[in-house]
This record gives sequence, structure tokens and C-alpha cells, in this order.
Amino acid sequence: MSKTLYTKDHEYIRIDGDTGAVGITDFAQGQLGDVVFVELPQVGATHKKGEAAAVVESVKAASEVYTPVAGDVIEVNGELEDNPAIVNEDAGGKGWFFKVKIADQSELACLLDEAAYKDLIATLA
Amino acid sequence: MTIQNITSQDISAQPERTPLYARHVALGGRMTPFAGYELPVNYRSGIIAEHLFTRENAGLFDVSHMGQAFLSGADAARKFESLVPGDVCGLAPGRTRYTQFTNEDGGVLDDLMVTRLDAAGEKLFLVVNAACKTADFELLREKLPELRLEILEDRALLALQGPRAGSVLERHIPGVAQMVFMSLQEFAWRGAALFVTRSGYTGEDGFEISVPAVIADDLAAALLAEEEVRAIGLGARDSLRLEAGLCLYGHELDETTSPIEAALNWSISKRRRQEGGFPGAARVQRELAQGVFRVRVGLALDGKAPARDGAEIADTNGVIVGRVTSGGFSPSLGRPIAMGYVPPSLSTPGTELSLIVRGKPLAAHVVALPFVATRYHRVAKN
Repeated sequence: MSKTLYTKDHEYIRIDGDTGAVGITDFAQGQLGDVVFVELPQVGATHKKGEAAAVVESVKAASEVYTPVAGDVIEVNGELEDNPAIVNEDAGGKGWFFKVKIADQSELACLLDEAAYKDLIATLA
Repeated sequence: MTIQNITSQDISAQPERTPLYARHVALGGRMTPFAGYELPVNYRSGIIAEHLFTRENAGLFDVSHMGQAFLSGADAARKFESLVPGDVCGLAPGRTRYTQFTNEDGGVLDDLMVTRLDAAGEKLFLVVNAACKTADFELLREKLPELRLEILEDRALLALQGPRAGSVLERHIPGVAQMVFMSLQEFAWRGAALFVTRSGYTGEDGFEISVPAVIADDLAAALLAEEEVRAIGLGARDSLRLEAGLCLYGHELDETTSPIEAALNWSISKRRRQEGGFPGAARVQRELAQGVFRVRVGLALDGKAPARDGAEIADTNGVIVGRVTSGGFSPSLGRPIAMGYVPPSLSTPGTELSLIVRGKPLAAHVVALPFVATRYHRVAKN
């Protein structure tokens, strides 16, 4: 069964064994508004935890997407390049940005579970 | 990810609220501090939908943060010309003009709308930018102490913009549909005086309505009850003005930039160019005669990634030649657009340039402004 963890910077990682799909949360897409462009990482690139791996551009501004855990990028969601609005429509599902091979499972312990993330956004609303 | 200017709150000063604050919140407005006021970036439908709606229908904007004032006294029009390059003496009564407050170096302190209210030229109506209004009013008091400055703090300002603005507003304020572009007329609405200007900041036909604060929300409610009208936030206001190729103070205009560099030559009449008599006239006259070192242009990006304010502009050899002052996604064109400054030799439409975004050059080319044809209300001349 897949499990989803969150960063306090509004990324999520949907974990499937030793890989995880990274995206931005529904709260984040709501704050950004209409997404008009997504810049994805290179497949094969290695990113450290917390490093900017992708960029999401709304009408108003550009925001970097940080990878929640260290690892190699094994796949990117090319559909977002043609239709970035998927991020608004289904941020937590079809709107994932890239998948990483999780280098160090222990890093997952630093992330928020769903209840903790909900508590966080409740303080921002 | 970092969510810029969105969840971060400006705690240095409590922003003010306009008379429409509760309505913005009720309409789902995402409120943000802007120029000292809490204003909606967008409502539930989002910036792109609001932008496109305005281009097709009539968008209602709360621009109450802007400064409104009367300036009056003997020779007010002529004296006011000592601060701006615009032709105010040559303005017919009831007509409005776009101009700028300039400094001694010919840079722009603010841009504004001025209406001459009377034949004698003894009373002017000014609308200035929110972020600059304190300094503007200070300047007027200091430089023109013999004139009376009446700041209209008890008035809100609503803008109704779009191709259906005239027909909708006519139902509520009979007579407005007959107004010509860049003119002001006073109307009574529920017993109060409205100062209605046919002008705007979207490239569309439209009106700006100065309304007493106490009835501003009633007027907004009456207009929003019309099916052709929706509330539009600051986000779409910015994307609409960018498509229309209009300057935003703090971006295209600042204290170092002259009106000639900003390609605002059209806002300075032949008489004012010859006579001068405004701060920085020497620079403006020199630039008109000898040219400028940089000029404002429109930029269309060839790819999908937008370039934002601050991005460097490079020529085909990779040499940095300028900087982007506004940039974003054009909802009407479905592609990224920008404005920025480049040397005149690189300002011809079609010139290939690149915009440096996150260290990478994005292909772009110069295009004529506006990006989207303006549809101001012009009366055919016979």
C-alpha cells in the first residue's frame, strides 16, 4: 500500500516501495492559482534532500519544488509540459512532477504525515 | 516549494481595508497586502478565467487604494504643468490626460491621470498610484503651496472594464454610454455625486468611478448583480495591463527612467516638448533630439516558460543588453510575454533576443506593443 508524506514547504511524496512520486499539495496549487508552466528535472539527475528539482510557474510567479528526500530522478511526468493545468485539477494524483529512487529511507522520518500536514495548513488558512 | 507573497504576511504595518473588503472575502477573494491595502489577487475562478471574462464582458475592479484629489486655485492648470510634461493647459474642460510627475533628472516619480474640470483651468482632478500617493501629495504641497489640495479620502474608486462595460453601466448611470474616451463627467447616483471617467488599465473600453466610500459597496453590489459583470482581482488587472502594453510604476517606470525611454512620447505635446518648463525637461528634450540609450519594448517568448521582472536580456551573441521589467503568461494569447528595456538598435519588432531565466537563455523576439489590440471607445471623426 502506498503512503504519502509531506514537507512543511507543501511538497508531497507518494511512496511505493523504494521509489516515490513527488508533487505539490492541493493546498499549494490553490495558493499558486492557475499553473501555466512546469520545468521538470532530467531523468538520471541526483538531488539532495531539500534541493530545488523542479519549477512551477503560475500566472503570477515562479516557485521552486524541493525534493523531499535525496535520490535519483527515475521518471518525470511529461504530460505536465503539454498540460500544466493538471497540477490544478489533480495535484495529489495525476499532477505528480517526478519520481525518485529513495536513497536513504531514514530521511522519510523527517517528513510530516497527513495529520501533521493538515495541522500545518490549518495554521495558514 | 516557496509560495511567494502568498502565505507570508506583511507584519510591519497593518494594511488598510477598502469599503469593499467584506465583499471581496465573501466572494472568495484571496486577500494579499498590496501598497498598504488588503486586496484580492483573485477570486474563486482564478486569474485566467477573470482575465478572459474581462476581455469578453465587464470586469469590476476595486482600485480604491489609488489616490484621488482635487487641486484648485488660480492658474492651477498652468502651475500643475511645472511638475509634469503633459499638456494640461491645452486640455479641454472635462477631458482627461495621462502624464507623469518627473524629477530634476527627468526620471519618473509617478504616473497619473489628470482631468481639467473647468474652462478657467482652476480645478483639476488627479488619480495617482497607491504606493506613491503620500509622496505625490507631499510634492504638490511643497511645490504648489498656493494651490488647494483636497485629498478625497472618503471616496472609493471602482473600475468597470470590458466591451460590455458601457451598456451595463448605462443601465445604472444613464448617460455614461455617450461619454468619449478620456473624459470625466459627474453623475448623481442614489443622491450622491459620482465622478465617472471613461478610461482604464486593461486596453478595453471602460470606466473608473469615483464614489463616496459609504455607498461604494452598494454600487458594487448593483453592478455585480448584472450577468455581464464579475469581480476581478489584482492578478488579472496586471495580466490585462501587460497585454495592453501599459506601464506599471515600479516596473517599467522609476526615478531613473525617463518618459522617452519608456516610449511615452505620445503623452508629451508639441508645445510642452518645445517649451519645456517641467522637472527634467532638459533630458527629455535631449533624448527627443538625440535619441535614448535604452527603450521599452514588448517581448514574445518562443517557448512556454515565462520570464519575470528582473530577468536579463541578451543579444544573439550572449551579451547582456537589458532587463525585463514585467513578464508573465498572457491568457489571451496563451503564451508568455514580457516588457523590458533594450538599446534602440535592438528594439525593432522581429529582433531576436534571449531572456535569461534560472541561468538558461530562453528564445524571444521583440514585438510591437500592445500585445493585444486595444479597444478603447473612440468616436469616429467626421
